[in-house]
Amino acid sequence: MSVYILCLALFSIGLYCVLRKRNIIKIIIGLGIIEYAVNLFFVLIGYRMHARAPILAKDQAITNMVDPIPQALVLTSIVIGLAVTALIVAIAIRIYDKYGTFDITKIRRLRG
Amino acid sequence: MKNKEPGMTLIVKTITRLTVGLILLYGIYIVLHGHLSPGGGFAGGVIIALSFIHLMLAFGKDLALRKLGQLAASILESLGALMFLSIALLGFTGGYFFFNFFLQKGRPFELFSAGIIPLCNIAICLEVGAGLFAIFTVLILFKKSENKE
Amino acid sequence: MELHILLLFMIFAAVVAVEVKDLLSSVIAVGAVGLGLSLAFLILKAPDLAITQLVVEILCLIILIRATIKKDLPLIRDGRWFFNTASTLLFIACFLAFAYFALKELPNFGQPIMRVAKEYIEGGLKKTGATNIVASIILDFRGYDTLGEATILFTAVMGVLAVMRKVGRIR
Repeated sequence: MSVYILCLALFSIGLYCVLRKRNIIKIIIGLGIIEYAVNLFFVLIGYRMHARAPILAKDQAITNMVDPIPQALVLTSIVIGLAVTALIVAIAIRIYDKYGTFDITKIRRLRG
Repeated sequence: MKNKEPGMTLIVKTITRLTVGLILLYGIYIVLHGHLSPGGGFAGGVIIALSFIHLMLAFGKDLALRKLGQLAASILESLGALMFLSIALLGFTGGYFFFNFFLQKGRPFELFSAGIIPLCNIAICLEVGAGLFAIFTVLILFKKSENKE
Repeated sequence: MELHILLLFMIFAAVVAVEVKDLLSSVIAVGAVGLGLSLAFLILKAPDLAITQLVVEILCLIILIRATIKKDLPLIRDGRWFFNTASTLLFIACFLAFAYFALKELPNFGQPIMRVAKEYIEGGLKKTGATNIVASIILDFRGYDTLGEATILFTAVMGVLAVMRKVGRIR
Protein backbone atom coordinates (compact mmCIF):
# COMPACT_ATOMS: atom_id res chain seq x y z
CA MET A 1 0.00 0.00 0.00
CA SER A 2 2.78 2.43 0.80
CA VAL A 3 4.42 1.61 -2.53
CA TYR A 4 1.29 2.78 -4.34
CA ILE A 5 1.32 6.05 -2.41
CA LEU A 6 4.97 6.69 -3.36
CA CYS A 7 4.15 5.99 -6.99
CA LEU A 8 1.28 8.48 -6.89
CA ALA A 9 3.59 11.04 -5.25
CA LEU A 10 5.87 10.75 -8.30
CA PHE A 11 2.81 11.29 -10.51
CA SER A 12 1.80 14.42 -8.62
CA ILE A 13 5.31 15.91 -8.90
CA GLY A 14 5.05 15.57 -12.67
CA LEU A 15 1.53 17.04 -12.60
CA TYR A 16 2.74 20.08 -10.65
CA CYS A 17 5.49 20.62 -13.20
CA VAL A 18 3.02 20.50 -16.12
CA LEU A 19 0.61 22.93 -14.47
CA ARG A 20 2.93 25.58 -13.09
CA LYS A 21 5.99 26.00 -15.26
CA ARG A 22 6.37 28.51 -18.03
CA ASN A 23 9.05 26.97 -20.18
CA ILE A 24 7.91 24.45 -22.78
CA ILE A 25 10.87 22.15 -22.15
CA LYS A 26 9.98 21.96 -18.45
CA ILE A 27 6.45 20.97 -19.43
CA ILE A 28 7.84 18.20 -21.63
CA ILE A 29 9.99 16.98 -18.72
CA GLY A 30 6.93 16.93 -16.46
CA LEU A 31 5.03 14.90 -19.05
CA GLY A 32 7.89 12.39 -19.09
CA ILE A 33 7.78 12.02 -15.30
CA ILE A 34 3.99 11.41 -15.42
CA GLU A 35 4.53 8.68 -17.99
CA TYR A 36 7.19 6.93 -15.85
CA ALA A 37 4.85 6.96 -12.85
CA VAL A 38 1.96 5.43 -14.80
CA ASN A 39 4.13 2.63 -16.23
CA LEU A 40 5.46 1.85 -12.76
CA PHE A 41 1.93 1.71 -11.34
CA PHE A 42 0.87 -0.84 -13.95
CA VAL A 43 3.75 -3.16 -13.19
CA LEU A 44 3.26 -2.78 -9.42
CA ILE A 45 -0.29 -4.07 -9.72
CA GLY A 46 0.84 -7.28 -11.38
CA TYR A 47 3.60 -8.22 -8.94
CA ARG A 48 3.41 -11.40 -6.93
CA MET A 49 5.55 -12.04 -3.87
CA HIS A 50 8.29 -14.70 -4.14
CA ALA A 51 7.45 -15.48 -7.75
CA ARG A 52 9.56 -15.90 -10.89
CA ALA A 53 9.88 -13.83 -14.03
CA PRO A 54 7.54 -14.99 -16.84
CA ILE A 55 10.20 -16.85 -18.84
CA LEU A 56 10.19 -20.64 -18.95
CA ALA A 57 13.47 -22.39 -18.24
CA LYS A 58 14.50 -25.78 -19.48
CA ASP A 59 13.79 -28.03 -16.54
CA GLN A 60 11.59 -26.09 -14.19
CA ALA A 61 7.90 -26.66 -13.75
CA ILE A 62 5.40 -23.96 -14.60
CA THR A 63 4.56 -22.60 -11.19
CA ASN A 64 4.21 -19.30 -9.51
CA MET A 65 4.97 -16.55 -11.98
CA VAL A 66 4.26 -12.85 -11.83
CA ASP A 67 1.35 -11.57 -13.87
CA PRO A 68 2.50 -11.22 -17.50
CA ILE A 69 -0.43 -9.21 -18.85
CA PRO A 70 0.48 -5.79 -17.33
CA GLN A 71 4.02 -6.31 -18.62
CA ALA A 72 2.70 -6.82 -22.14
CA LEU A 73 0.68 -3.59 -21.89
CA VAL A 74 3.58 -1.54 -20.49
CA LEU A 75 5.96 -2.80 -23.20
CA THR A 76 4.03 -1.03 -25.93
CA SER A 77 3.35 1.96 -23.69
CA ILE A 78 7.07 2.67 -23.26
CA VAL A 79 7.70 2.87 -27.00
CA ILE A 80 4.56 4.96 -27.58
CA GLY A 81 5.81 7.39 -24.92
CA LEU A 82 9.05 7.81 -26.83
CA ALA A 83 7.19 8.57 -30.07
CA VAL A 84 4.97 11.17 -28.37
CA THR A 85 7.99 12.85 -26.76
CA ALA A 86 9.75 13.06 -30.13
CA LEU A 87 6.66 14.66 -31.71
CA ILE A 88 6.30 17.23 -28.93
CA VAL A 89 9.99 18.15 -29.15
CA ALA A 90 9.68 18.61 -32.92
CA ILE A 91 6.71 20.97 -32.42
CA ALA A 92 8.64 22.87 -29.71
CA ILE A 93 11.63 23.38 -32.03
CA ARG A 94 9.29 24.73 -34.70
CA ILE A 95 7.66 27.06 -32.17
CA TYR A 96 11.04 28.44 -31.15
CA ASP A 97 11.90 28.98 -34.76
CA LYS A 98 8.76 31.02 -35.32
CA TYR A 99 8.36 33.00 -32.09
CA GLY A 100 11.94 33.26 -30.84
CA THR A 101 11.11 32.18 -27.29
CA PHE A 102 10.06 29.15 -25.26
CA ASP A 103 7.86 31.14 -22.91
CA ILE A 104 4.24 30.01 -23.07
CA THR A 105 2.77 33.32 -21.91
CA LYS A 106 4.14 34.99 -25.03
CA ILE A 107 2.94 32.40 -27.54
CA ARG A 108 -0.62 33.55 -27.85
CA ARG A 109 -1.26 34.20 -31.49
CA LEU A 110 -2.89 31.38 -33.43
CA ARG A 111 -1.70 32.24 -36.90
CA GLY A 112 -1.89 29.84 -39.77
CA MET B 1 40.71 25.83 -30.95
CA LYS B 2 38.08 24.59 -33.37
CA ASN B 3 38.76 21.34 -35.23
CA LYS B 4 37.94 21.54 -38.88
CA GLU B 5 36.88 17.94 -39.41
CA PRO B 6 33.26 16.99 -38.86
CA GLY B 7 32.36 14.92 -35.82
CA MET B 8 34.08 14.57 -32.49
CA THR B 9 37.69 14.15 -31.35
CA LEU B 10 40.07 11.34 -32.21
CA ILE B 11 39.46 9.34 -29.02
CA VAL B 12 35.71 9.19 -29.62
CA LYS B 13 36.23 8.18 -33.26
CA THR B 14 38.56 5.32 -32.36
CA ILE B 15 36.25 3.90 -29.71
CA THR B 16 33.29 4.21 -32.08
CA ARG B 17 35.08 2.27 -34.77
CA LEU B 18 35.63 -0.56 -32.31
CA THR B 19 32.18 -0.75 -30.73
CA VAL B 20 29.54 0.23 -33.26
CA GLY B 21 29.61 -3.15 -34.99
CA LEU B 22 29.19 -4.91 -31.66
CA ILE B 23 26.16 -2.78 -30.80
CA LEU B 24 24.52 -3.67 -34.13
CA LEU B 25 25.25 -7.36 -33.57
CA TYR B 26 23.80 -7.21 -30.05
CA GLY B 27 20.62 -5.60 -31.38
CA ILE B 28 20.20 -8.32 -34.01
CA TYR B 29 20.73 -10.99 -31.32
CA ILE B 30 18.01 -9.53 -29.11
CA VAL B 31 15.56 -9.42 -32.02
CA LEU B 32 16.22 -12.98 -33.20
CA HIS B 33 15.99 -14.53 -29.73
CA GLY B 34 12.85 -12.60 -28.83
CA HIS B 35 10.80 -15.72 -28.25
CA LEU B 36 13.38 -17.46 -26.05
CA SER B 37 14.76 -14.82 -23.71
CA PRO B 38 13.68 -11.30 -22.74
CA GLY B 39 13.84 -8.65 -25.41
CA GLY B 40 11.77 -8.78 -28.53
CA GLY B 41 11.26 -6.55 -31.53
CA PHE B 42 10.89 -3.18 -29.81
CA ALA B 43 14.05 -3.26 -27.69
CA GLY B 44 16.12 -4.69 -30.54
CA GLY B 45 14.85 -2.09 -32.99
CA VAL B 46 15.76 0.76 -30.65
CA ILE B 47 19.26 -0.72 -30.13
CA ILE B 48 19.83 -0.93 -33.90
CA ALA B 49 18.69 2.69 -34.30
CA LEU B 50 21.06 3.67 -31.47
CA SER B 51 24.01 2.13 -33.30
CA PHE B 52 23.38 4.28 -36.38
CA ILE B 53 22.85 7.36 -34.19
CA HIS B 54 26.18 6.63 -32.49
CA LEU B 55 27.82 6.60 -35.91
CA MET B 56 26.24 9.92 -36.81
CA LEU B 57 27.18 11.61 -33.54
CA ALA B 58 30.81 10.55 -33.73
CA PHE B 59 31.61 10.97 -37.41
CA GLY B 60 29.32 13.72 -38.65
CA LYS B 61 26.26 13.48 -40.79
CA ASP B 62 27.82 12.83 -44.21
CA LEU B 63 29.38 9.49 -43.37
CA ALA B 64 26.33 8.24 -41.48
CA LEU B 65 23.94 9.25 -44.26
CA ARG B 66 26.10 7.36 -46.72
CA LYS B 67 25.56 4.18 -44.67
CA LEU B 68 21.80 4.61 -44.38
CA GLY B 69 20.25 7.49 -46.30
CA GLN B 70 17.00 9.25 -45.53
CA LEU B 71 15.12 7.72 -48.44
CA ALA B 72 16.35 4.24 -47.51
CA ALA B 73 15.20 4.69 -43.91
CA SER B 74 11.71 5.72 -45.02
CA ILE B 75 11.44 2.77 -47.40
CA LEU B 76 12.64 0.31 -44.73
CA GLU B 77 10.13 1.61 -42.23
CA SER B 78 7.19 1.28 -44.61
CA LEU B 79 8.41 -2.19 -45.57
CA GLY B 80 8.42 -3.26 -41.92
CA ALA B 81 4.89 -2.02 -41.30
CA LEU B 82 3.57 -3.67 -44.48
CA MET B 83 5.27 -6.94 -43.60
CA PHE B 84 3.61 -6.96 -40.18
CA LEU B 85 0.21 -6.23 -41.68
CA SER B 86 0.57 -8.93 -44.33
CA ILE B 87 1.52 -11.54 -41.72
CA ALA B 88 -1.65 -10.57 -39.87
CA LEU B 89 -3.80 -10.80 -43.00
CA LEU B 90 -2.33 -14.15 -43.99
CA GLY B 91 -3.97 -15.53 -40.88
CA PHE B 92 -7.15 -15.54 -42.90
CA THR B 93 -6.01 -18.85 -44.34
CA GLY B 94 -6.81 -20.31 -40.97
CA GLY B 95 -10.08 -18.47 -40.63
CA TYR B 96 -9.20 -15.76 -38.13
CA PHE B 97 -7.30 -12.48 -38.22
CA PHE B 98 -3.77 -12.97 -36.81
CA PHE B 99 -3.88 -16.74 -36.77
CA ASN B 100 -0.65 -18.59 -36.17
CA PHE B 101 -0.78 -20.48 -39.41
CA PHE B 102 2.28 -22.72 -39.13
CA LEU B 103 0.95 -26.18 -38.46
CA GLN B 104 3.75 -27.54 -36.30
CA LYS B 105 5.40 -25.15 -33.93
CA GLY B 106 8.83 -26.76 -33.73
CA ARG B 107 10.53 -27.97 -30.61
CA PRO B 108 10.62 -25.46 -27.75
CA PHE B 109 13.90 -23.80 -26.71
CA GLU B 110 15.21 -23.85 -30.30
CA LEU B 111 15.79 -20.89 -32.56
CA PHE B 112 13.35 -22.01 -35.25
CA SER B 113 10.25 -22.53 -33.18
CA ALA B 114 7.08 -20.70 -32.22
CA GLY B 115 5.39 -20.19 -35.56
CA ILE B 116 5.08 -16.63 -36.79
CA ILE B 117 6.55 -14.95 -33.70
CA PRO B 118 10.16 -14.56 -35.02
CA LEU B 119 8.85 -13.15 -38.32
CA CYS B 120 6.72 -10.61 -36.48
CA ASN B 121 9.72 -9.65 -34.36
CA ILE B 122 11.83 -8.98 -37.47
CA ALA B 123 9.07 -6.85 -39.04
CA ILE B 124 8.67 -4.75 -35.89
CA CYS B 125 12.45 -4.33 -35.58
CA LEU B 126 12.67 -2.92 -39.12
CA GLU B 127 9.84 -0.50 -38.52
CA VAL B 128 10.94 0.79 -35.13
CA GLY B 129 14.65 1.04 -35.97
CA ALA B 130 14.30 2.82 -39.29
CA GLY B 131 11.54 5.09 -37.98
CA LEU B 132 13.53 6.28 -34.98
CA PHE B 133 16.62 6.88 -37.13
CA ALA B 134 14.51 8.95 -39.55
CA ILE B 135 13.17 11.04 -36.64
CA PHE B 136 16.68 11.69 -35.33
CA THR B 137 18.05 12.64 -38.77
CA VAL B 138 15.27 15.13 -39.41
CA LEU B 139 15.61 16.73 -35.96
CA ILE B 140 19.36 17.23 -36.34
CA LEU B 141 19.41 18.44 -39.92
CA PHE B 142 16.73 21.07 -39.43
CA LYS B 143 17.92 24.35 -40.85
CA LYS B 144 16.72 27.54 -39.24
CA SER B 145 14.50 29.67 -41.43
CA GLU B 146 16.12 33.00 -40.53
CA ASN B 147 19.57 33.67 -39.07
CA LYS B 148 19.35 34.06 -35.32
CA GLU B 149 22.61 32.61 -33.96
CA MET C 1 12.38 -2.81 1.11
CA GLU C 2 14.74 -2.07 -1.79
CA LEU C 3 11.74 -0.93 -3.76
CA HIS C 4 10.96 1.78 -1.21
CA ILE C 5 14.52 3.09 -1.23
CA LEU C 6 14.53 3.13 -5.02
CA LEU C 7 11.21 5.00 -5.15
CA LEU C 8 12.51 7.59 -2.67
CA PHE C 9 15.56 8.11 -4.90
CA MET C 10 13.29 8.56 -7.93
CA ILE C 11 11.12 11.10 -6.10
CA PHE C 12 14.19 13.06 -5.03
CA ALA C 13 15.57 13.10 -8.58
CA ALA C 14 12.16 14.21 -9.91
CA VAL C 15 12.06 17.12 -7.46
CA VAL C 16 15.55 18.14 -8.59
CA ALA C 17 14.45 17.93 -12.24
CA VAL C 18 11.43 20.14 -11.65
CA GLU C 19 13.04 22.88 -9.59
CA VAL C 20 16.49 23.44 -11.12
CA LYS C 21 16.75 26.49 -13.35
CA ASP C 22 19.37 25.18 -15.80
CA LEU C 23 17.68 23.12 -18.52
CA LEU C 24 20.59 20.76 -19.17
CA SER C 25 20.78 19.75 -15.49
CA SER C 26 17.08 19.02 -15.33
CA VAL C 27 17.27 16.82 -18.43
CA ILE C 28 20.07 14.81 -16.79
CA ALA C 29 17.96 14.48 -13.63
CA VAL C 30 15.09 13.05 -15.70
CA GLY C 31 17.62 10.55 -17.05
CA ALA C 32 18.35 9.51 -13.46
CA VAL C 33 14.61 8.96 -12.86
CA GLY C 34 14.42 6.72 -15.93
CA LEU C 35 17.44 4.72 -14.81
CA GLY C 36 15.87 4.19 -11.39
CA LEU C 37 12.71 3.03 -13.15
CA SER C 38 14.68 0.44 -15.11
CA LEU C 39 16.15 -0.88 -11.85
CA ALA C 40 12.64 -0.98 -10.36
CA PHE C 41 11.45 -3.09 -13.29
CA LEU C 42 14.31 -5.50 -12.62
CA ILE C 43 13.37 -5.78 -8.94
CA LEU C 44 9.74 -6.42 -9.92
CA LYS C 45 10.82 -9.41 -12.06
CA ALA C 46 10.15 -7.88 -15.49
CA PRO C 47 13.35 -8.28 -17.56
CA ASP C 48 11.72 -7.46 -20.93
CA LEU C 49 10.63 -4.08 -19.62
CA ALA C 50 14.00 -3.32 -18.02
CA ILE C 51 15.85 -3.74 -21.33
CA THR C 52 13.29 -1.69 -23.26
CA GLN C 53 13.09 1.11 -20.69
CA LEU C 54 16.88 1.46 -20.55
CA VAL C 55 17.40 1.91 -24.28
CA VAL C 56 14.29 4.06 -24.76
CA GLU C 57 15.50 6.31 -21.93
CA ILE C 58 18.85 6.84 -23.67
CA LEU C 59 17.13 7.82 -26.92
CA CYS C 60 14.72 10.14 -25.11
CA LEU C 61 17.68 11.90 -23.44
CA ILE C 62 19.40 12.46 -26.79
CA ILE C 63 16.25 13.97 -28.30
CA LEU C 64 15.65 16.23 -25.27
CA ILE C 65 19.24 17.48 -25.25
CA ARG C 66 18.77 18.45 -28.87
CA ALA C 67 15.89 20.68 -27.80
CA THR C 68 17.68 22.37 -24.92
CA ILE C 69 20.77 23.34 -26.83
CA LYS C 70 19.06 26.47 -28.01
CA LYS C 71 18.36 28.58 -24.98
CA ASP C 72 18.53 28.56 -21.21
CA LEU C 73 15.49 30.37 -19.87
CA PRO C 74 15.18 31.34 -16.19
CA LEU C 75 11.67 30.81 -14.92
CA ILE C 76 10.25 34.04 -13.56
CA ARG C 77 7.09 34.22 -11.54
CA ASP C 78 5.03 37.40 -11.54
CA GLY C 79 1.44 38.41 -11.28
CA ARG C 80 -0.94 36.34 -9.22
CA TRP C 81 1.54 33.61 -8.50
CA PHE C 82 0.44 32.91 -4.92
CA PHE C 83 -3.15 32.20 -5.87
CA ASN C 84 -2.10 30.00 -8.77
CA THR C 85 0.31 27.93 -6.71
CA ALA C 86 -2.17 27.54 -3.84
CA SER C 87 -4.97 26.37 -6.13
CA THR C 88 -2.65 23.91 -7.87
CA LEU C 89 -1.56 22.41 -4.55
CA LEU C 90 -5.17 22.22 -3.39
CA PHE C 91 -6.12 20.35 -6.55
CA ILE C 92 -3.23 17.91 -6.14
CA ALA C 93 -4.19 17.31 -2.47
CA CYS C 94 -7.80 16.55 -3.48
CA PHE C 95 -6.55 14.19 -6.19
CA LEU C 96 -4.32 12.33 -3.70
CA ALA C 97 -7.17 12.04 -1.18
CA PHE C 98 -9.51 10.50 -3.76
CA ALA C 99 -6.72 8.25 -4.97
CA TYR C 100 -6.15 6.94 -1.43
CA PHE C 101 -9.78 5.92 -1.13
CA ALA C 102 -9.63 4.22 -4.50
CA LEU C 103 -6.39 2.40 -3.70
CA LYS C 104 -7.93 0.74 -0.67
CA GLU C 105 -10.15 -1.32 -2.98
CA LEU C 106 -7.23 -2.88 -4.79
CA PRO C 107 -5.93 -6.30 -3.67
CA ASN C 108 -2.89 -6.22 -1.40
CA PHE C 109 0.50 -5.56 -2.89
CA GLY C 110 1.92 -8.94 -3.90
CA GLN C 111 -1.26 -10.98 -4.23
CA PRO C 112 -2.88 -10.31 -7.59
CA ILE C 113 -5.98 -12.05 -8.89
CA MET C 114 -4.66 -13.79 -11.97
CA ARG C 115 -7.75 -15.17 -13.59
CA VAL C 116 -6.97 -14.46 -17.23
CA ALA C 117 -3.22 -14.83 -16.84
CA LYS C 118 -3.61 -18.38 -15.57
CA GLU C 119 -4.86 -19.51 -18.99
CA TYR C 120 -2.03 -17.73 -20.77
CA ILE C 121 0.67 -19.16 -18.53
CA GLU C 122 -0.55 -22.74 -18.58
CA GLY C 123 -1.50 -22.87 -22.27
CA GLY C 124 1.30 -20.68 -23.57
CA LEU C 125 3.98 -23.20 -24.41
CA LYS C 126 1.60 -25.73 -25.89
CA LYS C 127 -0.38 -23.34 -28.07
CA THR C 128 2.37 -21.11 -29.40
CA GLY C 129 5.68 -22.86 -28.80
CA ALA C 130 7.42 -19.78 -27.42
CA THR C 131 9.12 -19.89 -24.03
CA ASN C 132 8.94 -16.14 -23.48
CA ILE C 133 5.37 -15.73 -22.27
CA VAL C 134 5.29 -11.94 -22.63
CA ALA C 135 6.37 -12.24 -26.29
CA SER C 136 3.69 -14.85 -26.93
CA ILE C 137 1.08 -12.56 -25.38
CA ILE C 138 1.96 -9.48 -27.41
CA LEU C 139 2.44 -11.27 -30.71
CA ASP C 140 0.05 -14.19 -30.62
CA PHE C 141 -2.70 -13.93 -28.04
CA ARG C 142 -3.13 -10.15 -28.30
CA GLY C 143 -1.54 -9.38 -31.64
CA TYR C 144 -4.19 -6.82 -32.53
CA ASP C 145 -2.92 -4.43 -29.87
CA THR C 146 0.58 -4.67 -31.30
CA LEU C 147 -0.83 -3.77 -34.71
CA GLY C 148 -2.35 -0.64 -33.13
CA GLU C 149 0.97 0.21 -31.55
CA ALA C 150 2.83 -0.14 -34.85
CA THR C 151 0.27 2.22 -36.40
CA ILE C 152 0.83 4.79 -33.66
CA LEU C 153 4.59 4.67 -34.16
CA PHE C 154 4.22 5.04 -37.90
CA THR C 155 1.87 8.02 -37.49
CA ALA C 156 4.25 9.72 -35.04
CA VAL C 157 7.18 9.34 -37.45
CA MET C 158 5.03 10.76 -40.27
CA GLY C 159 4.05 13.65 -38.00
CA VAL C 160 7.66 14.54 -37.16
CA LEU C 161 8.68 14.36 -40.81
CA ALA C 162 5.76 16.60 -41.76
CA VAL C 163 6.38 19.20 -39.05
CA MET C 164 10.06 19.57 -39.89
CA ARG C 165 9.65 20.20 -43.58
CA LYS C 166 11.37 23.12 -45.26
CA VAL C 167 8.44 23.78 -47.54
CA GLY C 168 6.43 26.65 -46.11
CA ARG C 169 3.98 29.20 -47.29
CA ILE C 170 5.12 31.81 -49.77
CA ARG C 171 5.13 35.27 -48.23
